[in-house]
Amino acid sequence: MPLFPSTQWSVLAAIRAGDASEKARALETLSAVYWRPVYLYLRTRWERSPEEAADLTQEFFVELLARGLLEKYEGEKGRLRTYLRVCIDGFVANEIRAAERQKRGGGLTFLPIHLDACQEEMETSLSSRRETPEDAFEKEWARSLIGVALKRMKSDFEEKGRSIHLSLFEICDLGTASGETPSYAELAERFGIRTSDVTNWLALARREFRRNVIEVLRELTGSEREFRQELRALSGREAGRVS
Amino acid sequence: MTPLNDEKLAALRAALLEPDLSGTKYRLVSQIGAGGMGTVWEAEDGELGRTVAVKTLDDGDRDSPLGQRLLQEARVLARLEHPGLVPVHDVGTLPDGRPYYVMKIVRGARLDEHVSAVSSLSERLRLFHRLCEPVAFAHARGVLHRDLKPQNVMAGPFGEVLVMDWGLAKVLGEKEVRAAGQNPGAAGLTGAGVVLGTPGFMAPEQSAGDPGAIDPRSDVYSLGAILEFLRNEPGLSDRGNRRLSAIVAKAMAPLPDERYPDVPSLMADVAAYLEGASISAYRERPWERLFRLARRHQTALVLLLAYLVARAFVFFVYRR
Repeated sequence: MPLFPSTQWSVLAAIRAGDASEKARALETLSAVYWRPVYLYLRTRWERSPEEAADLTQEFFVELLARGLLEKYEGEKGRLRTYLRVCIDGFVANEIRAAERQKRGGGLTFLPIHLDACQEEMETSLSSRRETPEDAFEKEWARSLIGVALKRMKSDFEEKGRSIHLSLFEICDLGTASGETPSYAELAERFGIRTSDVTNWLALARREFRRNVIEVLRELTGSEREFRQELRALSGREAGRVS
Repeated sequence: MTPLNDEKLAALRAALLEPDLSGTKYRLVSQIGAGGMGTVWEAEDGELGRTVAVKTLDDGDRDSPLGQRLLQEARVLARLEHPGLVPVHDVGTLPDGRPYYVMKIVRGARLDEHVSAVSSLSERLRLFHRLCEPVAFAHARGVLHRDLKPQNVMAGPFGEVLVMDWGLAKVLGEKEVRAAGQNPGAAGLTGAGVVLGTPGFMAPEQSAGDPGAIDPRSDVYSLGAILEFLRNEPGLSDRGNRRLSAIVAKAMAPLPDERYPDVPSLMADVAAYLEGASISAYRERPWERLFRLARRHQTALVLLLAYLVARAFVFFVYRR
């Protein structure tokens, strides 16, 4: 059976379908992946203050829906990521009065963006950033997308009672506070399992991680071609020698 | 969950496409390259103690259209044993469902990168002749490449030339594998109206998306485009050469019937050009023929002239 069926749920299709609950779910996924890049882009490219950037981030997602910008996106012509960055530029360049935006946003007031929680951390990282606003946007997109995938994986593992799998993945791949990774034998002893279980369970967790990343990426791309390009970009491996 | 730091993020990103070879005899070393269909990795064969290349899909299982393509590529290469083709050692499926195949690792550079290091026209033409050999061999066994271009040719450090990337190959008489829209740089030719290949190197009948019209002459067209690329790349410009232009024009004729009927005919003209002999693609004027023959038999001509001068000298001296 194919691992990734072509009938998979997609943010863009859900937004175009017009169903209110599907739209809300789509916006939740979209904003979960994009709010950090949008916020940082507004801070770096448009040099907005933290408060202004936070407000504009919220308003940008409302605008996206209110003005049907996602419906206008054509997957074959370019990447959604690039399209959204262009939309931000247009949005800021043509800033409309807040009251007017509020009005056009209609009843759509729910935005699952919790800027407060991470704003401080992002602000701290701003001073040490050396990338261009565009590169920062790309990196935050990758960080958020992988973050959403990790969250889904965590929830799935907890539901299936795979807490050790998750712990192994967190220790080996997400890092420990000390920065040192214990050996498989040490991990086996710590969790009361065999060393071969550590190998197998970690391999399973890594496969699940990859599967979740691909699932989120498929939801956020408009075509097979865009998906493949973005998968390459996300892995940090652009085309090199062809074989 | 707290956001990932840059170091961990980079590690997770890099690991996304990496194949899990833990259940195999291979150990992953590094990435070698990436193509439209997947990624090629360097790996160590633990049992035989040799370095190999492992080609994997970026995404999709063996039943997916791209998976079918990858496996077909492996099968095509396995049936074509030729020094100009990469031998396939093994095929398999990764734990995440992605298929892979293992092949000989090829050292060297892609033709588009290597060409600037080849400064003479005759050397480039000999290189071209060598890359035609595996294509002619494949045609003789009923396999068309369909994506010949400098990026798909590797030039090795010992003069070896290998034709790579048989992912779009068509086995004549076999049912086509459907894989529409697979390739970012070039996309698949599987059914009517679907185009696979690379613009600039693709024959007109291939661009038109008519699979029934594609035959060995479509590859001849692509080879003509490579020949054109070789003679015009920086470091060498040979546009004024009428005979060579005629070879390129005949190989790249818009109508298949006006092209070389097969790769050996194209190779014969290139070899004849290199030897200074007459070629089928160009009808010479008498003075051009004379000039070419003079150049071809330069040494004999010099000796003959020297002999005639000596005879004339002797004749005039003794006449007195």
